Amino acid sequence: MSGRDARAPKDVAWRRAAPLLLAAPLLLFMLAFYAVPVATMLMRSVSDPVWSLSHYAGLADDAVFQKVFWNTLYTSVIVTLGALLLGYPVALALVRTRRWAPLILILILLPFWTSVLVRSYAWMVLMGRHGLINEALLAAGLLERPLRILNTPLATQIAMIHILLPYMILPIANALRQIDPSLARAASGVLLVFVLALGFYITPAMVGGPREITLSMLIAQQVDQLNWGYAATLSAVLLATALAIIAACYRLPGIGNAFRMNTR
Amino acid sequence: MTAARFLPATVVGLILLFLAFPIVVVVVVSFSSATYLTFPPPAFDLRWYSAYFGSEDWLRPTWLSLWVAAATVVLATLLGTLAALGIARLPRALRVVAAGLILSPLIVPVIVVAIGIYYAFSRYGLVGSPIGLVLAHTCLAVPFVVTSVSASLAGMDPRLEQAALSLGATPGGTFFQVTLPLIRPGVLVGALFAFITSFDELVVALFLSGSGAVTLPRRMWDDLRFQIDPTIAAVSTLTIVLTVLLMGCAHLLRRRAERIRTA
Repeated sequence: MSGRDARAPKDVAWRRAAPLLLAAPLLLFMLAFYAVPVATMLMRSVSDPVWSLSHYAGLADDAVFQKVFWNTLYTSVIVTLGALLLGYPVALALVRTRRWAPLILILILLPFWTSVLVRSYAWMVLMGRHGLINEALLAAGLLERPLRILNTPLATQIAMIHILLPYMILPIANALRQIDPSLARAASGVLLVFVLALGFYITPAMVGGPREITLSMLIAQQVDQLNWGYAATLSAVLLATALAIIAACYRLPGIGNAFRMNTR
Repeated sequence: MTAARFLPATVVGLILLFLAFPIVVVVVVSFSSATYLTFPPPAFDLRWYSAYFGSEDWLRPTWLSLWVAAATVVLATLLGTLAALGIARLPRALRVVAAGLILSPLIVPVIVVAIGIYYAFSRYGLVGSPIGLVLAHTCLAVPFVVTSVSASLAGMDPRLEQAALSLGATPGGTFFQVTLPLIRPGVLVGALFAFITSFDELVVALFLSGSGAVTLPRRMWDDLRFQIDPTIAAVSTLTIVLTVLLMGCAHLLRRRAERIRTA
């Protein structure tokens, strides 16, 4: 086939169709095994047991939901602020020093590449009744009896800040590296951490308090009890909250890149 | 901005310690001779590693996780690379819709994805089956492949493909001899991310594993509910070593690809 032949009508049609044909297998795969399943599940929020908005109306005077929802938002705010406070100086150091940058990067990436499960387990080891923190404080004579740190809201906050810190540092460092560092670009770290924090499940379940549960934990609990209508409603609320926050921030230039970052 | 210069290095050092210390503790505890978690360990011992390698209860989930991750890599890399090639050439409106669907697992809370898939798969009999895990993990892994390959494609000079075509190469030949070698680092990085995404995945596995397809993270989770035995520290250390090796490769590959692109 020569370049001139490529302009033949049959070829033009093929050129138009080829991109769609290449993308089609993945698009169909994701529709079948991801989008349709999630959408069907979410439909249960309005179709279970009969078509109505009663599940959503019920949330207005659902004390459990409201407590859990505010706890989830509160935890995300605290974690985002904590990660910003700890992340900004590190991002600055990463950009400003030439000599230490490789070491700093390794110390950020090492925990970043470790799974959330393993990092949450590490905090269980550190914060337990006979964990490292208590043993050290007892040995130093600062405590008489071990402190209860594990299974408290504080434990969730500390472990989540630890897990999400790299997501804050890397976008801020990227923004600072630009010739004209824009606040909006740096803010993508804040948005990313906040949205990820909203959906946290493993860490609060492992190290958090038994009564301070997150929306994700409540959803899992409801599925275990086969309350699909209620679980779907909570899922829709969680998803809508995350999307609303992203949509509100998306107009800021540079923010759109927050979710393209695939350094993990 | 000049204040940044005087930012005490100790503050940054302490924050970095906070980042790395928990990982170091897990590694150190895994080599402890003590049955209980004491720090520093009384003596060096490999007993928790021999406990892991001697237990079918740990090895079976490990093999399953490796198997599921390998299958996920094949499926996600194949579908993701083809899609990335197509999406780059789609009309803008279609491209936005397709990219939106493919990248959405990055922002949809994973519990919502997990229970949605569980809801559907329980009807198809895919709960407690490795196939179900592979299908679900592929959806979670594909965004990494597509972004990685797309980045490689964006950095590629389109004239190279046009030159090959105008010199008489077939579209297939052009792909295998020109395009693929140029985007290979992006494909490899995507494959490595897909592997780790599946190998470390827990939330979907909590719902889909059932009793027939228990993955390694799922086995660790079940164990943590009842006891904190240093065997988990040994397993954790092994997974840390594996992920750090693979992610380190991905990092170096991408750095090299960026250098070639900007050279």
